[in-house]
Amino acid sequence: MTKSVMIVGVGGQGSLLASKLLGKLAMLKGLDVKVSEVHGMSQRGGSVVTYVRFGEKVYSPIIAEGEADIIISFEKLEAARYAKFLKPGGKIIVNTQTIDPMPVIIGAAEYPHDVLEQLKAKGVDVCELDALTLANQAGSSKAVNIVLMGKAAKQFDIEYASWISAIEATVAARFIELNKKAFELGYNS
Amino acid sequence: MKQLLIGNKAVAEGLYDGGLDVVSSYPGTPSTEITEFLSEKNDIHSEWAPNEKVALEVAYGASLAGKRSACAMKHVGLNVAADPLFTLSYTGVRGGLVICVADDPAMHSSQNEQDSRHYAIAAKVPMLEPADSEEAYLYAKKAFELSEQFDTPVILRMCTRIAHSQSIVDTGIRVDETPKIYVKEPQKYIMMPGNAIKRHPVVEARTAALAEYAESCEFNELELDSTEIGIITSGASYYYVKEALGDSVSILKIGMPNPLPKNLITNFAKRVKKLYVIEELDPIIETFVRNLGIDCVGKELFSPLGEYSQQTIKKAFGIETEAGATAECEIPNRPPMMCAGCPHRGVFYALAKNKITVHGDIGCYTLGAVPPLSALDSTLCMGASISGLHGFNLALGEEAEKKSVAVIGDSTFMHSGMTGLVNIAYNATNSTVIILDNSITGMTGHQQNPTTGYNIKGDPAAKVDLEALCKALGINRVRVVDPYDLKATETAIKEELAVAEPSVIISRRPCVLLKSVTHKPALVVDADKCRSCKKCMGLGCPAISFKNNKAKIYPTLCVGCGVCEQLCPFGAITE
Repeated sequence: MTKSVMIVGVGGQGSLLASKLLGKLAMLKGLDVKVSEVHGMSQRGGSVVTYVRFGEKVYSPIIAEGEADIIISFEKLEAARYAKFLKPGGKIIVNTQTIDPMPVIIGAAEYPHDVLEQLKAKGVDVCELDALTLANQAGSSKAVNIVLMGKAAKQFDIEYASWISAIEATVAARFIELNKKAFELGYNS
Repeated sequence: MKQLLIGNKAVAEGLYDGGLDVVSSYPGTPSTEITEFLSEKNDIHSEWAPNEKVALEVAYGASLAGKRSACAMKHVGLNVAADPLFTLSYTGVRGGLVICVADDPAMHSSQNEQDSRHYAIAAKVPMLEPADSEEAYLYAKKAFELSEQFDTPVILRMCTRIAHSQSIVDTGIRVDETPKIYVKEPQKYIMMPGNAIKRHPVVEARTAALAEYAESCEFNELELDSTEIGIITSGASYYYVKEALGDSVSILKIGMPNPLPKNLITNFAKRVKKLYVIEELDPIIETFVRNLGIDCVGKELFSPLGEYSQQTIKKAFGIETEAGATAECEIPNRPPMMCAGCPHRGVFYALAKNKITVHGDIGCYTLGAVPPLSALDSTLCMGASISGLHGFNLALGEEAEKKSVAVIGDSTFMHSGMTGLVNIAYNATNSTVIILDNSITGMTGHQQNPTTGYNIKGDPAAKVDLEALCKALGINRVRVVDPYDLKATETAIKEELAVAEPSVIISRRPCVLLKSVTHKPALVVDADKCRSCKKCMGLGCPAISFKNNKAKIYPTLCVGCGVCEQLCPFGAITE
C-alpha cells in the first residue's frame, strides 16, 4: 500500500529536510517514491505544503482531499488548514508552535487558538507536541523538523534502525548526532 | 545510477548527458533550477542572460557554431524569446538546440496560465512533454538527437508539478558527441526574404516528416486494457489518470504533443467505445482529435483552469471521494509577504502614505500589493511598469506625472526596463521611475545578474553602473536613496515627482536574505512608552504584532532595519 504523507508549515520552517529524509528512507527500503513541493511565491512566509508518497508503485506525486495517512504540521493553524486532506483513520502530528499570519498581525482576522480542539471534537486523531522544546533539548531549535519526524515514525511500518540510516544519509556529518538525538526525543515523546 | 531527482535536476542531467556544451537562461519559476544545476558542471559553459530572448539567441549562436546548446525559461519567458524562435524554425540548427519551457498551471508563481504548446504549433517546431523526472531525463537527452536529425530546435515542455516533484531516475552517461564544423551557409542562416522564402517549404516538409516520426515515437505510449473507455492524456495528467483509474481504462499517453500522431490517435479511438481527452490548460490534443472527425469528451468535463489531481479525474468519472473533517471556524489565510527587513518596504510605505499611483513589475516587490501597504495599482509583465507609466502619464498629463511612479527591480530593469526608460526620455513625459536595487534577482531565489558584479558561478564579472546607464539613456536626474532611511526616501519621491523632467530614483539596499548581509540586533518595544497608536503596524512587517494592546517585536524575526523605529512617534521602539 502506498503511504501518503503531507508536511505542512510556514515558508522558512525547514520542511524540506523532513521530506528529504522520507525520500531517502523510501529509497533505502527499495520502494518507489515521489515528493512534490511548490517553490516561488510560497517561500515568502506563506503557507507551504510538501507531499511525500511511497510504496510498491507510486503514480500521482500529489495528495488529494481525504487521502493523507499522516499530516505532519510545523504550525497549529496550518494543521487545521490542511485537515480536509486527512483520510478516515489518518493522524495529524502537530507542533504546538503558533506563527501569526499577516491578516492576524494587522488585526483583520483572529488566530483561532482552539482550532485543534475543534478538530478533536470532530473525531480527528490529533497528536500535539512541543517540538521546539525537544529540539532545543537536542541542541538546536532548527531540529524541530527531525523531532516531528521522530514522533511520526511510529506510524510507519519501518524499523528504527532504517530511520537512523536515512538520517545519516541525509544530513551533513557534523549534524548527525544532533539529529539522531532530536529523532530519539521525538520518537519517545 | 538510481537517484531521487527533482524534475528540473533530471532535465539538467539529461541535457548534460545529451552532450550539452552551452546553456544560457534567464531565471523564472518553475524553470530556474535547470540552469542552476547545469552551472555546477565545469566542462560546459553556463550563464544567466539578461533576458530570454538574449538566452535563446546565445543558444542559437552556439548551435550555429556546431555545439549542442540549450536555454531554460518559464512560460512567459517564451513570449520574450518568441522572436528568435519563429525564425530559428526556418534556419534550423547545426548543433542540437533544446528550449526548456516550464508552464505554471494554477499560477503558483506567475501572472498568467498560458499554454506553451501553442508556440510549438505556431512556430512549427517539435515539442516533447515528460510526465515525471525519469522521463524528463530521457526526453531532454533524446531532444538533442531529434534536433539534429530533423534540423530543428526542440521544445521540452515542463510544468510546475513536474519541475518541482521528485521521482526516481536511472541516469546514464554523457554521450561523446563530435561537434559539427562551422561552415558558412548563407542560404540557410541569413533570413532575408530571398532565402527565407526557400526555407518555409523546408519547414513544412520537416513538419510532415516529424508527424510521420510521431506515429512510432517511443514517447507516445499505448496501454491497451479496456475496450469501453479510452483516454488520451499527457504530462502530469497521465499519473492522475493512473492514480484514479489504474488499469481499468485504455490509455494513449502523448509524450510528443507537437506534431501529434494522426494514425495512432485514429486507431486508438477505434478500439474504444468512449474516448476522453484529459490535458491541463488548453484543448490542444482535443482540438486535433475533433479535427480528425473523432468524437471525444474533453473540456466540457475537464476545466481549462488550474492544475488537475487524481480527484479531478475521480469526480469526472463519478468515483466518490470523502474529504477529511475540518474545523468549524474560519482559517485565516497565510499569504506570502515581504520579509522582515525587506528593503522594498520603506519605499512602499512612503508611496502608500502619499497616495501615489504605483505601476508595478515582476519580482518580490509585487508583494507591495498586499495589505496593509496595498501600494500597487498595476502589474502586467517584465518591464511594463516603466512603459505603462509613460502611457498613463501621456493619457492623463501633468496631474498624473506628479502622482505616479514605476517600481522595478534591478534584474527586471536589465531584462526589459531599459527600452521603456529610453522611451520616457525620448518621448518626454515627466515620469518618475524607482529602481529597487537589492543587488540580486530575489523572487526566483537569489540569482546573479548584470548589476551584481558576479556571474552564475559567483565569480567576479562586469557590473553595470545603473546611475551611468540611466544617464546614458537620456535621464538627467538620477539619485540614489537608502530605503531604510524613511525620511530621505519620502523626500526623494516628493522632489522627483515635483520636477518637470523625467527622473530615476535608485533605492539601493541589498536583499536582507543575502548571506553577505549582516543583521543588526533585534529592536524592542518599551511597553511603557507604547501608546498603542498602531503606526508601526502599517508597515506590514512580519516581525511586529500587537499583543495585549501593545506593539511587540519578535526577536527571532527582526533584523534591526530600524524602519519602525523611525516611524514610532513616541520613541517606544529602540535597540
